[in-house]
Amino acid sequence: MLRWLIGGGREPQGLAEKSPLQTIGEEQTQNPYTELLVLKAHHDIVRFLVQLDDYRFASAGDDGTVVVWNAQTGEKLLELNGHSQKITAITTFPSLEGCEGKNQLILTASADRTVIVWNCDTGRQVQKVSCFQSTVKCLTVLQRLDVWLSGGNDLCVWNRKLDLLCKTSHLSDTGISALIEIPKNCVVAAVGKELIIFRLVAPTEDSLEWDIVEVKRLLEHQDNILSLAKINDWSFVTGSHVGELIVWDVMDWTVQACERNFWDPSPQLDAQQEIKLCQKPNDISIHHFTWDEENVFAAVGRGLYVYNLQTKRVIACQKTAHDSSVLHIAKLPHRQLISCSEDGSVRIWELREKQQLAAEPVPTVFFNMWGFGRVNKQASQPVKKQQENATSCLLELIGDLIGHSSSVEMFLYFEDHGLVTCSADHLIILWKNGERESGLRSLKLFQKLEENGDLYLAV
Amino acid sequence: MISAPDVVAFTKEDEYEEEPYNEPALPEEYSVPLFPFASQGANPWSKLSGAKFSRDFILISEFSEQVGPQPLLTIPNDTKVFGTFDLNYFSLRIMSVDYQASFVGHPPGSAYPKLNFVEDSKVVLGDSKEGAFAYVHHLTLYDLEARGFVRPFCMAYISADQHKIMQQFQELSAEFSKASECLKTGNRKSFAGELEKKLKDLDYTRTVLHTETEIQKKANDKGFYSSQAIEKANELASVEKSIIEHQDLLKQIRSYPHRKLKGSDLSSGEMEHTQDQPDQAATTSNPDECADTDLYTCRPAYTPKLIKAKSAKCFDKKLKTLEELCDTEYFTQTLAQLRHIEHTFRGDLCYLLTSQIDKALLKQQHITNFLFEDFVEVDERVVEKQASTPPPSSQDRPPSRSLGECPIPQVLISVGSYKSSVESVLIKMEQELGEEEYREVEGTGLSSFDPQENLDYLDMDMKGSVSSGESIEVLGTEKPTCVLATSDSQASLTVSLSPQVVRSKAVSHRTVSEDSIEVLSTCPSEALIPEDFKASYPSAINEEESYADDSEGAIHFQVGVSLPELGEAEEGSLENATSQTDSCCIGKESDSLQGPLSTPVPTLSDKNGVVSTPPQRYRQTDQGFHVDFTVENASPSSRDNSSEGCPAYELDPSHLLASRDVSKTSLDNYSDTTSYVSSVASSSWDRTPSCAHPAGPSSERHKKRAGQNALKFIRQYPFAHPAIYSLLSGRTLVVLGEDEAIVRKLVTALSIFIPNYSRYAKPVKHWVSSPLHIMDFQKWKLIGLQRLASPASAGTLHALSRYSRYASVLDLDNKTLRCPLYRGTLVPRLADHRTQIKRGSTYYLHVQSMLAQLCSKAFLYTFCHHLHLPAHDKDTQELLASRQASFLKLNLGLVNEDVKVVQYLAELLKLHYMQESPGTSHPMLRFDYVPSFLYKI
Repeated sequence: MLRWLIGGGREPQGLAEKSPLQTIGEEQTQNPYTELLVLKAHHDIVRFLVQLDDYRFASAGDDGTVVVWNAQTGEKLLELNGHSQKITAITTFPSLEGCEGKNQLILTASADRTVIVWNCDTGRQVQKVSCFQSTVKCLTVLQRLDVWLSGGNDLCVWNRKLDLLCKTSHLSDTGISALIEIPKNCVVAAVGKELIIFRLVAPTEDSLEWDIVEVKRLLEHQDNILSLAKINDWSFVTGSHVGELIVWDVMDWTVQACERNFWDPSPQLDAQQEIKLCQKPNDISIHHFTWDEENVFAAVGRGLYVYNLQTKRVIACQKTAHDSSVLHIAKLPHRQLISCSEDGSVRIWELREKQQLAAEPVPTVFFNMWGFGRVNKQASQPVKKQQENATSCLLELIGDLIGHSSSVEMFLYFEDHGLVTCSADHLIILWKNGERESGLRSLKLFQKLEENGDLYLAV
Repeated sequence: MISAPDVVAFTKEDEYEEEPYNEPALPEEYSVPLFPFASQGANPWSKLSGAKFSRDFILISEFSEQVGPQPLLTIPNDTKVFGTFDLNYFSLRIMSVDYQASFVGHPPGSAYPKLNFVEDSKVVLGDSKEGAFAYVHHLTLYDLEARGFVRPFCMAYISADQHKIMQQFQELSAEFSKASECLKTGNRKSFAGELEKKLKDLDYTRTVLHTETEIQKKANDKGFYSSQAIEKANELASVEKSIIEHQDLLKQIRSYPHRKLKGSDLSSGEMEHTQDQPDQAATTSNPDECADTDLYTCRPAYTPKLIKAKSAKCFDKKLKTLEELCDTEYFTQTLAQLRHIEHTFRGDLCYLLTSQIDKALLKQQHITNFLFEDFVEVDERVVEKQASTPPPSSQDRPPSRSLGECPIPQVLISVGSYKSSVESVLIKMEQELGEEEYREVEGTGLSSFDPQENLDYLDMDMKGSVSSGESIEVLGTEKPTCVLATSDSQASLTVSLSPQVVRSKAVSHRTVSEDSIEVLSTCPSEALIPEDFKASYPSAINEEESYADDSEGAIHFQVGVSLPELGEAEEGSLENATSQTDSCCIGKESDSLQGPLSTPVPTLSDKNGVVSTPPQRYRQTDQGFHVDFTVENASPSSRDNSSEGCPAYELDPSHLLASRDVSKTSLDNYSDTTSYVSSVASSSWDRTPSCAHPAGPSSERHKKRAGQNALKFIRQYPFAHPAIYSLLSGRTLVVLGEDEAIVRKLVTALSIFIPNYSRYAKPVKHWVSSPLHIMDFQKWKLIGLQRLASPASAGTLHALSRYSRYASVLDLDNKTLRCPLYRGTLVPRLADHRTQIKRGSTYYLHVQSMLAQLCSKAFLYTFCHHLHLPAHDKDTQELLASRQASFLKLNLGLVNEDVKVVQYLAELLKLHYMQESPGTSHPMLRFDYVPSFLYKI
């Protein structure tokens, strides 16, 4: 670490940034995804994936179309055309209580300043709202109140029938970048550096009108807030462009914990200032969160950090988990974490208790043996920095999924059908467990044989 | 790894393969002379009995009413093919055996000219002088200007190999029937058009005449008509009669397809096809439909002209050419079909038979054969149709031997002999009745004195139709009859029985043939032989049987014996006389043959291990008699003693073909498009059944080259095994190189190891220069990739290294291979670098057989119920997995990586079986996270 610091001072910045990337060889015994299916329907960057039910998902992107897919077969079910410009937000609007799965709606917002409500069973466009002053950047459904909110330069509240119930005044030109629901009919909106708490006033006997009022502005962040997530019933978390992670109390909106030093997991180091200089802010911006009961997982720049809520400290980190920014992460069962990045790869990690000495990863000997293999020069030096004492766990790379040729924007995990990734190369890839699929196919084969009456059981 | 000396040895051997190794010349007396004909560029088998033509061809000739028999065209249309062969002479021969041509005229008792819907006849004949044997298919086309409205034509498949004609008779018959049907349909269409024009002319003439008569009537009101007026009135009357006649003809020709289609099975494929094309539908569909009549009438406006009521006859006009007689589209289609026939039947008989057996076997493996066979479903539909048609029941017909019902009388009545047209309506009714009766009588008459009528399974076309005028002549398919003509007594007999006599009884004015012709069998003429002549044949039968004894129950055609004797036979032997014996022997023959001949069958199926049912020809529904053929075909060795002196297994079909194949398509160009061509061809198969087959001898050539190059690859590269393992296990192999030709060549060679996704296309991309994408790995399993020297290739190489886990990379320039380890035993057997196999086609067949074996393993693995489904509820996934593993290892004998090959094939089988619409989607990309190794020479 020290050597790196000194070196960092001397070397040109570009080189200094090239901290070793952990790689895994071609042998990935724990990687279950041995089958892939490329789905092609979009003509531009695919940015959003949203799960509709157990087997369907929708994808949306810059080409303005929404495509509904069967996650099991990879079959294209519906193509929804209606937007003239790129889609900026998508969410599902679950149907009213009771009849689940029926008449499920999708809300899509687009840069053409419209919001369209789709029926994702029929592919029909249910309704279209085009009275927006600005592009809607986020959509949130408050299911309890059966209303939905759209956030652009202002915040609007709509009911299921797409009547505008109420709206705020113009908030900012940059607009609302993120929006979540918190208890007491409140929502948190991230507007630039600020977090604004709004309270939604439902109609009562006194007034039949809906209203939305600003309750509080939280100004702790130094830079633009990029990510906002509610992690449990009593707290939500925000992350900013300069690597500030703040855990807030849901009820009184106070700071529960704050972590600002994401470039370095050891907070007691003094050299903070110097290091911040030689590190681009982009490398420590917090793009995405995921969480489980104990930990918040943050995608910080190119790295992954695990922040323990109890101990209020980073328990594990992988400073260069990818070659470039991590865009989306998700927590899987069995302490697994999946991350996708602008470098076009998806990686599967496992959170392990730290042993005395972690085994060195197996070098990929044959990778460089021939002419063109030079691209990954770093690959053959599997330097895995031992973390400082502060980190008690480590993120072990157990597999990577290479398929996309451009930035992987998002992914979606299906318990039964595997992983869906979408990318800027216009493709969606369905990653499946080959062994399980093979078994399923055999099952289907014998079903078909039985249907055809071709199945004879041996006596 | 293989050490350096080994490598040197390989390359040496490889060079040896390419060009003959030049030894220091031996003294003349020690050197073994090469095959004497080799210098002539001919192979020893192509020239049988000194035929004057180099290979089989198709001849179309006509019996012109003006100049007699004349050849019209040959397919292939190349003078080199028939060489010095006298086409005129042979046309005379083949046209003179058409006993069938019943000319249209006025049947007795009917007032109108009737179109006779004559069925085609099929005759086999041989001409010893020319060394030619021919399948002859006679047909008649309609021509308004011709005598009796008909023009007799024939199509003949001429070959120097008598066996080929005999053994492939059914195939030839079926294929030629298709062509004939097509030609006739087009002819009917154009005939109808012509009739309409004629009617318009007549109508116009009538109007003109009518006005003239009226004017004349008005001009002289003296109460009597001038002679001029009477003449006019007569002319008018004859015009009117002519109109009615022509209308009747038009009605007949239009009603033909309807009548015909009811009973037609074989041609319905053609019909389906033609109905796809709206403008052709008119001729084939029901004439009652208004759309149909529209099409007949709505022709481009035709300006009628004044004509004479009686058309000029015979010699003062030029007859239409064949092309003019037929609708253009149909004509080209017919030609395409004929070319296809020529293409299908060219080459050696052994080869044809083997490939037929091969096809039949492949059909039986319908679940797995898509994997490695580039086999197109050729006659699937035909076969199914034949299976569905009931066997002919002509035996039921009452025997009657009255020659009086032969169609001779028709000819005697000339067309223009009607006197008035007044009674037309009445007579028409009667006449139609009479016609029906007549036809029936004719049908029974003809068939009844055909003792082989029960063999008419040969042509399903005719079944159920009222006028089954057809009769099939199979010469000696049962007995080697042609040898018999050598004895003096028979020679004298046959002289008196020259076709001249016979012919003149059937159709009185046929040009008669000279004596060297051997009408090997024409049943009607045989039937015409008086009873007492037949009685004088026992000696012939005896002699024949002595030959039959030698043959040990197998059917022999005795080329060896007959060929030398053909010279003797030339001296005026008419061998159709002997064909009479067929009728005597056929029953016992087929009985006696069935027993002993079934023995070769089990050996064949044992060898294969896959096929449980005995091999049969792909027409499996034929009658027992035909099964004898099958068996005989299946055991080529039993024919070895029949003279050729070259065992079948030594025949290299592609070698035979190579000298004949005139096409100069380069391998690479051809192979580049194979996957495309085959997919297109097969998908468009239903639409154009008569167009060229992609799986012809040219693909044979392709296979041979691919096999040769694969062999070379195996010998040249010590790491061929892991490369082939990659291909078999579904891991994409990228062949990287700078030189496109070399890369393409290798890709083509290696493509023989690629399992297909579906029947339609091979997942092979011969040449790419852009960086690879993940889709490419999903789509293609073998890719030729361009290595550029420029920095532009950095992207390509980068993509390759990025996706390295999905692909094995064979670098041709550096002679390296990067791919997973292979330790199985399967590939070493498949691709042994020390193999004794020298020829590309042999190696190709070796690979095919090995892969067929592999397919059967995959089939077993896929369809074993207990391996994939829990037999009991308590069975867990782990248990299933271990059961699968032990099955693969113990039952199928697979070791290490071989398991993955079978597993991959099993996945493909599952997908293919479940696919509702094959070929619509690409299967998923399956891969393993296994380390790769770098192999170097």
